[in-house]
Amino acid sequence: MRKKNVYFLFVILSLCLIVVSALSILYGSKSVDMETLFDALFTNKESFSISVVQARIPRTLFGILAGASLGVSGCLMQSITRNPIADPSILGINTGASLFVVVGIAFFSISSPSQYIWLGFTGAILTAILVYGIASVGQSGATPIKLALAGAATSMALMSLVNTIMLPNSQVMDSFRFWQTGSIGGAKWNMILVLLPYFILGLLLSFYLSSSLNTLALGDELATSLGINSKKVRAMAAFAGVLLCGATTALAGPIAFVGLMVPHIMRLLIGSNMHYLLPLSALGGSILLLGADIIGRVIASPAELEVGIITAILGAPVFIYIVRKVKIRSL
Amino acid sequence: MKKQTREIIERVYHHQRKRIITITIILCIILCILMALSMMLGNTFYSLNTVIQSLLYENIPGASFTVNTLRFPRMLAGVFCGIAFGMAGNTFQKMLGNPLASPDIIGVTSGASTVAVFCILILHWSGNAVSIGAILGGMLVAFLIYRLSQGIGSNNGRMILIGLGFQAFLQAVISYIILRAAQYDVANALRWLSGSLNNVTIEEAVRIVIVVIFMGSSLVYLSRRLMLLQLGEDFATTLGLNIQRTKLLLIVNAIILSAVATSISGPIAAVSFLSGPIITRICKGNQANMLQAGLMGAILVLAGDLVAQNLLPARYPVGIITGILGAPYLLLMLFRMNHKGG
Amino acid sequence: MTDCLYAEHLSSGYGNHTIVKDVDLVLPEHKISVIIGSNGCGKSTLLKTLCKLVLPSNGAVYLNNKDIHKYPSKALAKNLGLMPQSPIVPEGITVADLVARGRFPYRQPLKGMSKEDYQIVSEAMDMMGISDLADRCVDELSGGQRQRVWLALALAQDTDILLLDEPTTFLDISYQIEILDLLTELNQKKGTTIAMVLHDINLSARYADYIFAISNGKLLAHGTPEEIINEEIIREVYGLNSKIIKDPITQRPMIIPIGKCK
Repeated sequence: MRKKNVYFLFVILSLCLIVVSALSILYGSKSVDMETLFDALFTNKESFSISVVQARIPRTLFGILAGASLGVSGCLMQSITRNPIADPSILGINTGASLFVVVGIAFFSISSPSQYIWLGFTGAILTAILVYGIASVGQSGATPIKLALAGAATSMALMSLVNTIMLPNSQVMDSFRFWQTGSIGGAKWNMILVLLPYFILGLLLSFYLSSSLNTLALGDELATSLGINSKKVRAMAAFAGVLLCGATTALAGPIAFVGLMVPHIMRLLIGSNMHYLLPLSALGGSILLLGADIIGRVIASPAELEVGIITAILGAPVFIYIVRKVKIRSL
Repeated sequence: MKKQTREIIERVYHHQRKRIITITIILCIILCILMALSMMLGNTFYSLNTVIQSLLYENIPGASFTVNTLRFPRMLAGVFCGIAFGMAGNTFQKMLGNPLASPDIIGVTSGASTVAVFCILILHWSGNAVSIGAILGGMLVAFLIYRLSQGIGSNNGRMILIGLGFQAFLQAVISYIILRAAQYDVANALRWLSGSLNNVTIEEAVRIVIVVIFMGSSLVYLSRRLMLLQLGEDFATTLGLNIQRTKLLLIVNAIILSAVATSISGPIAAVSFLSGPIITRICKGNQANMLQAGLMGAILVLAGDLVAQNLLPARYPVGIITGILGAPYLLLMLFRMNHKGG
Repeated sequence: MTDCLYAEHLSSGYGNHTIVKDVDLVLPEHKISVIIGSNGCGKSTLLKTLCKLVLPSNGAVYLNNKDIHKYPSKALAKNLGLMPQSPIVPEGITVADLVARGRFPYRQPLKGMSKEDYQIVSEAMDMMGISDLADRCVDELSGGQRQRVWLALALAQDTDILLLDEPTTFLDISYQIEILDLLTELNQKKGTTIAMVLHDINLSARYADYIFAISNGKLLAHGTPEEIINEEIIREVYGLNSKIIKDPITQRPMIIPIGKCK
């Protein structure tokens, strides 16, 4: 893939993102027109439509950040585990993050988004270690199939814990759906501000690591002889990946399959160079998440369908397609 | 041949058999105790004597309604749904050669519950029609998983992964149906997402009893073939096993069991997933242990339901309690691995 | 009465890809036959076609003048056994349990092991020298011990014909000799007809009564080791220049490779 084509794709995706963002602000149970959007953005007028738009702006921005985080996180996980089907939701990491936040809310009356993030992050790391550990049981180590099964089983167990905590706590119950299937419907400005530093840190770290990750793709032994500290690179990339998906899940709940679909589509388009793959996965993740969110608002109107349901319905067939297509070593 | 050799070998076999028989008897005793407890405990405590009397002979004011109409179907459905889930899970895990690959993880149970949810919440069906729908749903998903994993260097691993994809998809569809059906009714949602024994009728209980008697005994009959499959397809074929037919029979029986149970209690979480591995650990060796896995399933469901109904501040659906058991099991696996030194 | 296995105009393969092409062969009764050939020439596929694991696309395999696909599965399993190349060890299984699985074609559903089953399983384990390991887990055994357990399973199947797909792979030289000696003993004591695929030409020449040389899916030559192991056939089968000398111990032919044919 030539550089020119990558830039071309980059421009196209950016345009797509702008269009999707505009749609995300305009469409919903109450649709508004472009004029109102400009009024809301650039004037001080006040009306019901304008306040609707103003409520949708943080949601859209949050969707962009969350989608980009999940896309990059999936891309990192696929790269460091050399596993084509790695994804924060398949590995159960999202559920782990969810559980920790729910525990925090129910037992330690934690209520600020910045504390959610730390809990979500801790939960994500612990679950990642647990799932990887379970999958490594037996002779052949952590194969894709064992990782996926360990992730699914862990998810089931942790989701039961989430449900147990939720059921008797009626004050937490209101947000029950959101912890079960992720949603960006409740996004507020303060959540974006909380997410932003972690987002930037995770993104910078992963871009910084991209050339090392490219080398690591040649295999640990070759990478080591080329002067890469493969353990360190892998640990840092895992940290960045878990940081991104943990922070997102802490605020939006578990959103499935974005991290799986986007890197695969991008890889089909531009190959596996991490320099291009990471930023394009970020863009693609934002587009996908916002798109799914819009679909959820349109088809269930006047109610809303959580974005996590839509991404799962879209993502599962893609997952099956990948499983059928990819040659999976030593299942 | 030395005469001792045969003695040594017969002793090995007898030892194994004795162990399994002892375990089976212990499981039966535990199950009986749990059955009695779940008839006795509840909002009002009734002595064993009262329970037996009201079941067999006379109409005892107050007790008869609670015992005969509320607790008896619940207990019966708990036992037999447990057996169904335990056996179905054990069959899939042994057939696919992976202790994590039970029907509630690889999408088959979800196929059944998706159709059941659709029939009940959208079409407002009830009774046998729902069970048949659930069976067809489970079969359809199993068939799709099978078809999609064929012709591409097919193997069990790919089948499991495709099943996981279906699982994620169907869970989302179930959430969607529940959301569209009415206002989001949490109790109902939990029943279809993690399983519960609330409001089971005697007709439903009888239905699962009949299914377990037929399908359960065919699975017990098929267990020797199931164990032969584990030697790999080449060996199994040359030992005179018709692989395709055996697999088909196993899958059909297991799906009917788990689908009918699902249409009654919802997918009681982790029972399919846990029963087989627990029994395998207790019995040691490599046996099918079909009956024992069924008993273990029943014990898990009844014990879970007793805890959920009586010991906790809120009344939980049984599936949440059994689902939580999955976590320590996974931790135990992790612990064992570290113990072995990687 | 003994069983006689032969193939007529046999072709088979996977999908549309034909691997075995028009092979006629008769397994010599009560003898040890070895199938040799280069990698990917179709010798394993041929062996699998002979025992029903691969469907013939043309021709047929006959056991006592009857097409093997016309036998009921269990009846065939009483006459024809196979030891696959890489059988799967079920988790946690004991040696005694694994060997007993070989009795499947003889056992009545739902019934325990009969007196005869015990007798034959014990004999098989005794012959393979693994009766001390009866209650051990197969996972814990060494490669050579494991191979003997698999052989005992095939013996418990009590067939007159036994096919083996590379029974010596992944074993070091002493275990290779041990396994081949056991097979020879089996052949001499019970008259079992044995056919196996082997990679090592010298071992083939040493243990075989009869050799089938396969090249590119076709049966190139067959005969006693002395007839088959010569410089010309080795060149045709393996594309290898070599010198054949006499093994000073067994007087069988022995190959000294020189180099790849240009």
